[in-house]
Amino acid sequence: MMLRIKRVPTVVSNYQKEETEEAAAAARRVSGCGRNCLNKCCIQGAKLPLYAFKRVNKFKTEMGVHGHEVREPEPPVAFLDSLVLGEWEDRVQRGLFRYDVTACETRVIPGQYGFIAQLNEGRHLKKRPTEFRVDKVLQPFDGNKFNFTKVGQEEVLFQFEASEDGEVQFHPSAPIDVENSPSVVAINVSPIEYGHVLLIPRVLECLPQRIDRDSFLLALYMAAEAGNPYFRLGYNSLGAFATINHLHFQAYYMALPFPIEKAPTKKIISTGSGVKISELLNYPVRGLVFEGGNSLEDLSNTVSDACICLQENNIPYNVLIADCGKRIFLLPQCYAEKQALGEVSSELLDTQVNPAVWEISGHMVLKRKKDYEEASEENAWRLLAEVSLSEERYQEVNALIFEAIARGDDANGGVAESVIGEADAKPKSGGEVDAINKNSCPAMVSGTPECLVLHSGSRYCGLMIRYCFYKLASAMTY
Amino acid sequence: MDSQLGLIEQSFNNRYTLWVHEALDELPDSFTITDPSISGHPIVFASRGFLKMSGFSRAEIIGRNGRMFQGPRTNRRTIMEIREAIREERPIEVNLLNYKKDGTPFWMLFKMSLVFGKEDGRATHFVAVQVPIVSRKHMRNSGMSYSEDGGGSRLREIVFGSCRREVCSDSLLDLDRVLALDSDDTGLEIEDSCEASDLEKRKAATAIDNILSVLTHYSQLTGRLVCGKRCSLPGMGFISSSLYISLGRIKQSFVLIDPHLPDMPMVYASDAFLKLTGYDRNEVVGQNCRFLNGVDTDTTVLYQIKESIQTEQACTVRILNYRKDKSSFWNLLHISPIRNASGKIAYFAAVHTEEGCRNQDRHGLSLEMRQLSAIGAIKVAVRSLSMGAGPSKS
Repeated sequence: MMLRIKRVPTVVSNYQKEETEEAAAAARRVSGCGRNCLNKCCIQGAKLPLYAFKRVNKFKTEMGVHGHEVREPEPPVAFLDSLVLGEWEDRVQRGLFRYDVTACETRVIPGQYGFIAQLNEGRHLKKRPTEFRVDKVLQPFDGNKFNFTKVGQEEVLFQFEASEDGEVQFHPSAPIDVENSPSVVAINVSPIEYGHVLLIPRVLECLPQRIDRDSFLLALYMAAEAGNPYFRLGYNSLGAFATINHLHFQAYYMALPFPIEKAPTKKIISTGSGVKISELLNYPVRGLVFEGGNSLEDLSNTVSDACICLQENNIPYNVLIADCGKRIFLLPQCYAEKQALGEVSSELLDTQVNPAVWEISGHMVLKRKKDYEEASEENAWRLLAEVSLSEERYQEVNALIFEAIARGDDANGGVAESVIGEADAKPKSGGEVDAINKNSCPAMVSGTPECLVLHSGSRYCGLMIRYCFYKLASAMTY
Repeated sequence: MDSQLGLIEQSFNNRYTLWVHEALDELPDSFTITDPSISGHPIVFASRGFLKMSGFSRAEIIGRNGRMFQGPRTNRRTIMEIREAIREERPIEVNLLNYKKDGTPFWMLFKMSLVFGKEDGRATHFVAVQVPIVSRKHMRNSGMSYSEDGGGSRLREIVFGSCRREVCSDSLLDLDRVLALDSDDTGLEIEDSCEASDLEKRKAATAIDNILSVLTHYSQLTGRLVCGKRCSLPGMGFISSSLYISLGRIKQSFVLIDPHLPDMPMVYASDAFLKLTGYDRNEVVGQNCRFLNGVDTDTTVLYQIKESIQTEQACTVRILNYRKDKSSFWNLLHISPIRNASGKIAYFAAVHTEEGCRNQDRHGLSLEMRQLSAIGAIKVAVRSLSMGAGPSKS
């Protein structure tokens, strides 16, 4: 049985048509679409600004080895930040957005967390609801539907790639390398805040909406490069209110803390690569927080592994990348499923709030004045509580995630264990590591029913033991 | 950098006189004072106690921002809490992990309070006291302590009791080591969280009181009185310290004009604007921009500007402007309405670029792009900062 819901899809491009029109246009196979898109018909000879970021371990450069590097007193607006703001403002003045988002009334709802409510009547004006399949997180790319090769070139702000030579490069007008599809940043013509953009990894490869290690790392690099804790990136999987099945992240500016960022957390474990994983406490949606890591890549890979695990287990989820890429929130959800099964109250459905990453983070975009005026922390909490997985389901999902992370951690090898007592030690040869760690956990033998099924992999072993102890300790405190 | 240091000295001494340094130096505590109205929200004073504790010299600190003491193990959420307290202009007390000059991390109680101008109610300085935490009361964040107390061993008993009875005591020690893999990568045993004792909290409170009374006393000598609490409500055209901090990050020459006040005065002028035109801040804030115009300024352009403002549109014009020393320059002026969170226009921003000066910065953003990015940054700052309840009234 296929689960479906009806909702109004967000128009993110001026070239996005109703589904029926889209299919008809595809059927006609019109060649040379007559405008400025990114497809083969128009892309030849096209040029866009190119921002090449420095592929560097951001965490290390901040601290230096023995103390502090000499830095400017307060860094001025970072270059990428200026580029996004400037290009976005340029499109504002060219009239490319469907409405002026800065004219939308917004306020912080009084309360403990400070949920943010916005009255935005223009976002879904005149759009008919479309059917969305919500029971499959992984769906193949469908070229007949709207995708980002169909956006106009004027909607693309710049290409975003890793620099070849380790220095930040900017070319105001660079050709698009069709053979090695660039990643691009485009505007969202129905913004929910100033600077609302879409990051589309390798746009011409037409990847479906699913996270992989490379794309997630690209998103983290963007967050780190922008260097602005108020410029956050978000991701919605299919089934968690992604509108378009073409791999993309969203981002915008909000110079306020999101409620989710204020929620207390409780550390679960640290992985072998230094990533600290905590759970959210006292927040309506249950989720995990990832921080730290010996490098940006380590943090990225840990989170990606968790996302890939959820995808493969068909669990819809949202991701918020906050604090310049230093704090990442992973939130599995089940609202769409409930909606399809008719389990959501009509009161909540009437608000037409689709709880995607921004809503879950605490930024509610409301279409009706009544909802805006009556917005309260209890209402927001009640809606978000419906989004959350139940405690039992959440624990089951966590176990899956930790298993996947432990496997990924183990496979990486990389930095040696603290048991060896060195920082930044080069990875030892496989034999040595196993020998040391066999001594560390003689009690753990694979195959015994009483203990967890543990492989001989040392880091997997260590991580799962720690997770196991965390669960036991939590159980004991109740 | 020198001009900034000069600015810092000047602004601090103007309010408190030169002698305040001596008085503050007599206090034994570790504390820093920052000024939100200076671009970068820099430290303008660091006590002897602070220098001793951190290992830095005065020259290495003055003019820098407080984040220089943060590092990889500093709790990101705590950093956010401090940032928000600054933005909302309210006091805060948190346990914070900072780093000394030699890279060693240490826990301290961080207590921050504000100093307000008595007459205008503005937040003039932030005072931060740091009390190192020496108490033995530390707990690992996961709620289990592996050290002296019996909790850990009880847990181990339960686990292994239900698991494999044949496990020998050796493996328990090894298990401890496996469990200790949470320690950070520099090999130092530093806790994930820390609680200050009541004694430490009292120490911090006393230090704050002492500092405030010194500052209050010396401000009386200059007549530019301050107090520890906001005594009067900020008047019209008030730019909060948090908006100052946000605007201070924008390096372009620009001003903010308040169209709701009589004669539409400038309520904010960036450092770059002052540099471009040769004026001092107190000469221009509160004035209408017409002082930039002169004999040869084209009146039709002025009319164009006026019309754009009335129709609430953005516009770009080329206008002849005059500096304080009467020299003229062609100004590529871009004006845009800036709305606040209510959706209504709060200010107009005017960004200036002197024609003919180096057209691109070292990265290659065009002149036009730089102007627009300034507008974008201003829009984000004004909109976001007006969404909340605003600066606290206490």
